[in-house]
Amino acid sequence: MSSPKQALAHPASSADAAPGDQPGAAPRAHGRGTPPPGNDSWRSRLYRWDMKASPYAFIAPFFIVFGAFSLVPLLYTAWYSLHDVQLANLDGQTWAGLKNYENLLSSDFFWNALWNTFTIGVISTVPQLVMAIGMAHLLNYKLRGSTVWRVVMLTPYATSVAAATLVFVLLYSWDGGMINWLLDFVGIDPVNWRESDWGSQFAVSSIVIWRWTGYNALIYLAAMQAIPVDLYESAAIDGANRWQQFIHVTIPQLRPTILFTVVVSTIGATQLFGEPLLFGGVSGSKGGSEHQYQTLGLYMYDQGWIIGNLGKASAIAWSMFLILLIVAVIQLLISRRLRKSQ
Amino acid sequence: MTATELTPSRAEEPAKTRRERPRVMGAGKQLHAGPLTYVVLSLFALISLAPLVWTAIAASRTNQRLAETPPPLWFGGNLFKNMERAWEEGGLGTAMFNTIFVASMITISTVLFSTLAGFAFAKLRFRFSGVLLLLTIGTMMIPPQLAVVPLYLWMADLGWSNQLQTVILPTLCTAFGTFFMRQYLLQALPTELIEAARVDGASSLRVVWHVVFPAARPAMAVLGLLTFVFAWNDFLWPIIALNQENPTVQVALNSLGTGYVPDQAVIMAGALLGTLPLLIAFLLFGKQIVGGIMQGAVKG
Repeated sequence: MSSPKQALAHPASSADAAPGDQPGAAPRAHGRGTPPPGNDSWRSRLYRWDMKASPYAFIAPFFIVFGAFSLVPLLYTAWYSLHDVQLANLDGQTWAGLKNYENLLSSDFFWNALWNTFTIGVISTVPQLVMAIGMAHLLNYKLRGSTVWRVVMLTPYATSVAAATLVFVLLYSWDGGMINWLLDFVGIDPVNWRESDWGSQFAVSSIVIWRWTGYNALIYLAAMQAIPVDLYESAAIDGANRWQQFIHVTIPQLRPTILFTVVVSTIGATQLFGEPLLFGGVSGSKGGSEHQYQTLGLYMYDQGWIIGNLGKASAIAWSMFLILLIVAVIQLLISRRLRKSQ
Repeated sequence: MTATELTPSRAEEPAKTRRERPRVMGAGKQLHAGPLTYVVLSLFALISLAPLVWTAIAASRTNQRLAETPPPLWFGGNLFKNMERAWEEGGLGTAMFNTIFVASMITISTVLFSTLAGFAFAKLRFRFSGVLLLLTIGTMMIPPQLAVVPLYLWMADLGWSNQLQTVILPTLCTAFGTFFMRQYLLQALPTELIEAARVDGASSLRVVWHVVFPAARPAMAVLGLLTFVFAWNDFLWPIIALNQENPTVQVALNSLGTGYVPDQAVIMAGALLGTLPLLIAFLLFGKQIVGGIMQGAVKG
């Protein structure tokens, strides 16, 4: 008995639409697509919850691991550095205030280790990065077997600190060592690489240089390949030869990468540990008979696990951190100055 | 029509410029290397490889021969005898097994978690994502020395001293891995692909399984290789956390090197054994590892 008017008002009404249903409601829901068809409200809610929560679930493992094994320990190290904690008596921790830090600042060994870390850091980082730029420049030419060259340059990176250092110990030995034998060949007196001050520091640095130059060269190479060709072309039009192109185009374009490698290498140098430890053999943790290559990292290991004063080791760890922060601030200031002058 | 007109003039241009302009460096028009380049590169290659080759030479000699001048420059006949002694007396057998186990666990978990986190940072929108990413990168500045005293004390409390999980746990996930995967997925994973899967009603885990993992596979392989190399060579924490009874290769090499009766030939055999698995991996996957380091560098 429906009038034509009524029929027009419900054009979409069909057999399955219950009376009172909003016509067109179902198609609209399907059109949006987001909740899957055949949805219950809990399902779409679950879907929305999944959208919101899953990013946090995906990054959670990193932050849990970082929190549990870096952040919380970092704070605890500060706490322990204010306590007297002995390896032989772990339950008997007593409050010590700043005593550990006072001990450090009045200890010649601490200042010696700090100075050694600095000098070994400089003589390992500077030649390493300079050679890496040169190596990258050569690798940037069109080479026969370019991949083979790159892999060969990177092999020292795959060699562990332990294995590499053991080999270098033998190469640098006083009697019958390969290096002294080669020096003798060209008429230079043998050097006592284990006992002399600068000799042993140079030897330790050479292990670092050997392991990391190829790695840094690859980083520079990647940056060099991203330099636009136009820059070289316009420099060439201005009459720059290849050396001038290298100095005036390549080096300035590499500036951010150079800064990046300087920061990374500085962090590495501040933490230098394995090379001097193994270079010293039996007296490794002392950094040689006269502490001539005892770095801060070694000093911490020696105080904490050889002598057994974990409170003092914690204080050393925190002073390393503070030194790193100071270095980072200096580097930030330098990079800002460089950017302004550009 | 225009195309046919343009082609000849384009083809002529390089010929002209080649004659008139001086030679130019740069990525697009790399210069061919001259003989001097090959000479210097060969020198670098020699320095890179010589210590490793010489390790093998020293490992094949006797202790007495190593103390003589001149040092041996060619192989002797004692390689396998020395390796056997390093394997047994130096505890390298256990150490190898331990290191393979530790490095594999660390690699699997780091690659998995880094891919998930990298995907979230690259493609998902959520509150604080920018700050959290900065925090992730910032953690790379914290030296590991800063955590070892408390970790050592806690592991001792748990009765986990000298057990492998002590070494595995702190490295289950790394900031470098997260950042590496993010940089890769930013470009390698089309956002439309994720949206399409979303419109079909796929849950996040389905998206990860069917879209993210396939797209990330090449980078996952490279990150896996880099992580394995890192885990195999890690030194500071294992040497504090483990002792000579249950060492990793690096800990075993350290005790070989600080032994009171140093037999240099055996030590060299140990060093060779401890490096050999990585060197073999390097021969097989060197190209990928090189590519991974260069890729991580450009965008980092």
